[in-house]
Amino acid sequence: MTDELLRAPQAPAGSSAPPLGAARDLRLARGRNGRLARRPAALARRLALVVVALGVPFWVDGYWRSTFAFVLIAAIGALGLDVLTGWTGQISLGHAFFLAAGAYVGGYLGGHLHLTAALWIPAAGVAAGILGAVTGPAALRLRGLYLAIVTIGLVYIGYYVLETWTRFSGGPGGESLPPVTFGSWNFANGVTVAGHTFTRSQCYYYLALLLLVLGTGYVRNVGRSNLGRSMVAVRDRELAAAVIGVNVARTKIRAFVISSVLAGIAGALYGSFLSFAVPSDWGLLLSIQYVVMIVVGGMASTWGPLLGALFVVGLPALLQNVSTTLTFLSNNGVISPGSASEVVYGVFLVVFLLVEPGGVVGLARRLTRWVARRSGYPAPRRLAAATEGSPARAGAGAGTDANAADAGPAAE
Amino acid sequence: MTTFVQLLFAGVALGAIYALVALGFTVVYRSSRVINFAQGALLALGAFVTSWLVLTEDLPFWAAFVVGALLTALVGLGFQLGVVRFAIGRPEFTIVMLTLGLAAVIGAVLPTLFGNYPRGNGDVWGSSALHAGSFEFFWVQIWTIVAAVVVLLVYGAFTRFTRYGLAMRSAALDPEAAIAVGIPLRRVYAIAWFIAGAVACVGGVFLGGYPSTVNPTMSNIALLAFPAIILGGLDSPTGAIVGGFAIGVIQELVQGYQPEHAPWLGNDFYLIAPYLVMILVLLIRPYGLFGSKPAERL
Repeated sequence: MTDELLRAPQAPAGSSAPPLGAARDLRLARGRNGRLARRPAALARRLALVVVALGVPFWVDGYWRSTFAFVLIAAIGALGLDVLTGWTGQISLGHAFFLAAGAYVGGYLGGHLHLTAALWIPAAGVAAGILGAVTGPAALRLRGLYLAIVTIGLVYIGYYVLETWTRFSGGPGGESLPPVTFGSWNFANGVTVAGHTFTRSQCYYYLALLLLVLGTGYVRNVGRSNLGRSMVAVRDRELAAAVIGVNVARTKIRAFVISSVLAGIAGALYGSFLSFAVPSDWGLLLSIQYVVMIVVGGMASTWGPLLGALFVVGLPALLQNVSTTLTFLSNNGVISPGSASEVVYGVFLVVFLLVEPGGVVGLARRLTRWVARRSGYPAPRRLAAATEGSPARAGAGAGTDANAADAGPAAE
Repeated sequence: MTTFVQLLFAGVALGAIYALVALGFTVVYRSSRVINFAQGALLALGAFVTSWLVLTEDLPFWAAFVVGALLTALVGLGFQLGVVRFAIGRPEFTIVMLTLGLAAVIGAVLPTLFGNYPRGNGDVWGSSALHAGSFEFFWVQIWTIVAAVVVLLVYGAFTRFTRYGLAMRSAALDPEAAIAVGIPLRRVYAIAWFIAGAVACVGGVFLGGYPSTVNPTMSNIALLAFPAIILGGLDSPTGAIVGGFAIGVIQELVQGYQPEHAPWLGNDFYLIAPYLVMILVLLIRPYGLFGSKPAERL
């Protein structure tokens, strides 16, 4: 099936006959957007989404504002891990290392050298990307489990570097990380635009939203490009990909670089929003949380990282919040909110892997189809094509069907 | 010289624990190609249960040890029967993540059940030591080595001389052929997980011995044992044992000598030394020193 995936995107088999010639090419290039924009219902859905995305920080209290800012920041990082694990099939437990690299490089440039965030956020991404490019070659020699284990080593080495290189990281005592500043705007104090003052959390929320949208758009485009097809081919069958001419080494390294650049940016924002970090914040648990995000959200899908982040970051916040009313769920009760959310992660991870490897995104697709069948109306074509096009390969291959949604059915 | 012998001894004792952890990994990996990231969590679970039985329930140490090992083995078995069984044949990513899920659950349940503070492992040796000339050997370390050697010998005898040992070896070699000749593969996998759980408990109890304690972070030791199995190759028990002892000795020697000879490397360098060795080995031999390169077909 590899070569089908490498081919240019096609219109779904079930869609109406496309117009011929240049118009057709244009429409294909615009892909789903072009088709969707013509349906009023879809347009309305899209508008509603934009309104919700922009409005959320005004409708909720401070606690949830900061939680949602964390969700979006985590989603940027999860997007990065998704490129590496979901698209390219390289199991990495070292994501925390790249997040930390971004956070501390950003912190150093912003805090010690007093650069503007317009410089240190990209610089954090670049620094993490360079580390990714250096680490990537390890993945050329190692497959699957061996790579997972080596990337665990990466987390430990990062931890050691942070503990030892105190001038850079503040050592075990921790380091305060600078707030985002653009010129006279200082996110720490809130930003006033046209008479309205945005709170700190709102500022971080909108910045993260912007970066997440840009990042998601970029990753989606990469997914449809030559590189994206190569990544999928490497994921599905590396040897076969090499045989048909995919440059496996280059594909893996580029996936590593993209992944770590996004991780670096997410790390810089995360550190800045936390405003203080100790080396143990960047441990294996953080890496595992990111893996849970992409698995629960749905690998190699547009919405997966965001939904996963919403689950992994939102759930502890929710449990923390209800712990005031549910007394068994508190630090003095039967189980602490932190432990409870870890148990829930673990259980969800297991359940999703066994029952719905496509994650929440896969579940939503299945539900849409089920509802459509029950109500007697055919499912929207796009969704029907996506689910019927290819039998979902389990696990790492689960992305295949998400992919098919983006690429038109991979005629299997 | 005294320092060197002391460090070497401590290294062998630590290596014995690594070898036990590594054995737990390879038992499961060899039979079902599943790498069990929850091995460390099982280890902590075994140590906690044993400690709780001795200190709270007043059982004699050896009885508690046996019960603890049995319970941990049952948790391993239960996970195989309840979860991993359904994932056999899925990509390795799925199975890795399943075991990570188990690790997360155990990691969160332990502090909830037993409290988030260090406790003694309840053994009978405490801090007593054997003095020979200028040397001092803790009894618990001596018994760690003895226990590891016994477990490894028993396991070796089991795989070599029993029916199920043979079944495990053939399942490792070629699962489909094993099914074809009538080997009950599921039972073989179940036995492998049972053994892995029991071995984890042995490792955990000894790891919690003096001067260390039983605490929730001890599950990290399993992550430090990864270099050991990688060094040996995932599918080779001999390799796991050699790798375990080698990594233990390297770690102790680094911990003993590095602060004096290379202080600029900081305090915790000994913790990553095994990983650096591992990365070096893997870059030269991607399947470990004793591992076999799998054949790949298109």
